[in-house]
Amino acid sequence: MRRRAIIVGGGPAGLTAARTLAEAGVPDVLVLERNPDAGGLPRFAGHPGWGMLDFHRIWTGPAYARRLVAAALAAGAAIRTGTSVVALRPGGVEIATQAGVERIDADIVLLATGIREASRAARLVSGTRPWGTVTTGAFQEMVYAGGMVPFRRPVVVGTELVSFSALLTARHAGIRPLAMIEAGPRITARRPADLITRLALGVPVRTGTRLLAIEGRDRVEAVRIAHAAGEERIACDGVILTGRFVPEAALVRASHLALDPGTGGPAIDSAWRCSDPAFFAAGNMLRGVEHSGAVALEGRAAARSVLDALAGKLPAAATARPVEAGGALRYVYPQRFLPDSEAPLRLFVRAAHAHRGVLRVLADGRPIREQRVNALPERRISLCLPADAVRGAAVLRVELA
Amino acid sequence: MKPRATGEGIVFDVAVIGAGVVGCAVFREFALAGLGAVLIERGPDILGGASKANSALLHTGFDAVPGSLEAACVREGSARYRAIHHRLGLPLLETGAIVVAWSEADLAALPGIVARAHENGVMNVRQIDAGDVRAREPHLALDLRGGVLVPGEAVIDAWSAPLAYVLQGLAHGGAVLRNTDVTGGTRDADGWTLATGQGPLRARLVVNCAGLQGDIVEAIARPSPFSIRPRKGQFVVLDKTAHRLLRSIVLPVPNERTKGVVLARTAFGNLLVGPTAEEQQDRDNATIEEPALEALLEQGRRMVPELAAEPVTAAYAGLRPATQFKDYCIEALPDRRWITVGGIRSTGLTGALGIAAHLHRLYARHFGALPPAPEPIWTPVPNLAEELPRPWQQAGRDEIVCHCEMVTRAEILAALDGPLPAGDIGGLKRRTRCMMGRCQGFYCTRRVMELAGTRLPGLVSALPAGRG
Repeated sequence: MRRRAIIVGGGPAGLTAARTLAEAGVPDVLVLERNPDAGGLPRFAGHPGWGMLDFHRIWTGPAYARRLVAAALAAGAAIRTGTSVVALRPGGVEIATQAGVERIDADIVLLATGIREASRAARLVSGTRPWGTVTTGAFQEMVYAGGMVPFRRPVVVGTELVSFSALLTARHAGIRPLAMIEAGPRITARRPADLITRLALGVPVRTGTRLLAIEGRDRVEAVRIAHAAGEERIACDGVILTGRFVPEAALVRASHLALDPGTGGPAIDSAWRCSDPAFFAAGNMLRGVEHSGAVALEGRAAARSVLDALAGKLPAAATARPVEAGGALRYVYPQRFLPDSEAPLRLFVRAAHAHRGVLRVLADGRPIREQRVNALPERRISLCLPADAVRGAAVLRVELA
Repeated sequence: MKPRATGEGIVFDVAVIGAGVVGCAVFREFALAGLGAVLIERGPDILGGASKANSALLHTGFDAVPGSLEAACVREGSARYRAIHHRLGLPLLETGAIVVAWSEADLAALPGIVARAHENGVMNVRQIDAGDVRAREPHLALDLRGGVLVPGEAVIDAWSAPLAYVLQGLAHGGAVLRNTDVTGGTRDADGWTLATGQGPLRARLVVNCAGLQGDIVEAIARPSPFSIRPRKGQFVVLDKTAHRLLRSIVLPVPNERTKGVVLARTAFGNLLVGPTAEEQQDRDNATIEEPALEALLEQGRRMVPELAAEPVTAAYAGLRPATQFKDYCIEALPDRRWITVGGIRSTGLTGALGIAAHLHRLYARHFGALPPAPEPIWTPVPNLAEELPRPWQQAGRDEIVCHCEMVTRAEILAALDGPLPAGDIGGLKRRTRCMMGRCQGFYCTRRVMELAGTRLPGLVSALPAGRG
């Protein structure tokens, strides 16, 4: 049986897309979720902070995840949990279920496989490799879903928003982090988070401080850190590696779809289409982390584009033209735009490193937008260009000089 | 010949000290020969020392020192592995290897490599030109100059093989003692009483396979003729998508300045870059070091430029029990009822079954003929190799716990059970691949802890009451 639309990944983006498609009358929307429960990463962040952008409420992560699932089901979408997509093929996907490996064909496949934090190995952290080094995701899942704690006095590495989520989780579990260290000169998350730490949680935040090595034989015994004043050893029993999210794009990497080395996710056009126009992608798999509310809204926007595609109203994928990133930019997405679209073009960029300068958009070499920015590598900058400004252009270039 | 109870307890025919790959193979050998064998390991699980970190290659011995014991053991070990791997459920990736020349000096060294291979009896080794290398490996950097083709080099699963050896030894009546440190021993007319952390243990013959602790254990029998000089090797494992960039194992041309690094696929579908070779004093801790890992990645990219786009999945380091000697130190001491197996540096995985056969012959010569063994009991291990069927692909499969490596709940539970359950988290990972994939436990740590936390104590504790 060939379906109209399948969605790979039942997190905020995928579930919101499923709900949007089903509400619009697509009769056979199917979400494939490899875990026993849909809901995505918010399932394991037990403190409040979810739902603002998309539900205009503030819930805990698990409550938010349940709402996402309920809304998708109520709209008529089907969710198959315990179903691993193992390959993307032209015209469909291969899945592994308890019935074995099989293929599902679909007109449209929407990818929404999310993100994960960079592992200790991917960060190339020096030292021994004892038990007790975990990412925030693993830590939160152990605490909130497993009711277990792997350590009592860890050191937290990183100061992204998720790093503060790790502190809240630690407090919930009665864990007292010894320090939160940040290699950069300032906290990565926006300022209120800084306040939370100092006022509410009492964890010393040490900027300009690098993790040099992890020590310990069977369990973490200490970390060695370096700062302007020299090196230091902190005896501790765990390390929480936070943030540095990367797209969970393994399926894309192994598939026929084009991957953008800058974002680490699939390359899309401004209608959320991958290099094979039967595949769409949305959410954090496009580029690392944005808050789940923003991700959910992306899922909705991508679903609307899928509806246009199913109705034959989307401009041909072949008309899309490249958007290039230059200068101090790490990436721009979408990586292609539709030069004949009536809709304004929204581009997202990130700097490769902290940079104060001029962000410029060029259409066929001609500047169409220029603005001064104070760019930080962790912050996404969005640009909205009127349709007229890019109409007919053969190539767009965004550069940070 | 089975162990018999004495007034003081069991007397084993053979006590093998050290459950690295060599100890595991030697234990299997004597157990299959009908002796009462015990394998004694100080760590919580087998393979906790040198054998936990290597390049997982099955060598031909083409580059060994001709006439050396190592050359003979590698040759025989490789042949024996090939003869039994399918009976034990062990993979064999027939990748072949190419020794690639990147410079004029490398190129000049190739004929000597071929000559030595032929001297070692590996007759299908031959020099190929740059075009032939490129045709075989189109992703290699274009500045390569030529190569030597070594068809018999292969990739295996370095952890499942020794596990299979031990399980087969157990099926033949052997015993395994883990968490058992051998601290000394006294010898009388009947053999040895070994002092261990778990109390005294009687054995008629002791085989020292203690690897990195080899000279320390040897001192129980005599002043050690060799001293262990740990040599560290660091490795980087790249994502499974890198696997498609190479078919063969790419070996460096050894020269005086640098050993060079190997690029090899792994049985699990990744690509391996390494090792480094660093002398150190510490026998227990092998640290990974960011600069060395960066240098390995750089060397890998120089050989295969497309590796630049491949994410790092894992990084690890191992220690090899090198000594002041180039060759293996294997010796039977009939008067002392002791066999020494020391200095098995980097070819132990391939050499293990050959060393075991060599020891079988030494035993027969010095300690009494062994009767012909009956047809062995075959105890296949669960397959972890990507190229062979895995449980997740089967209808009726259990819940998938580790999504990166596609490890099912049933596989994890099985590894925590049976005749040789995982003794620590490292043992569980080596037996199942859980937490070993690209996310390194981001997605599966909680579930693995739920399944293993009570079986492997000390990893996690319960959330304080009222905080659930």
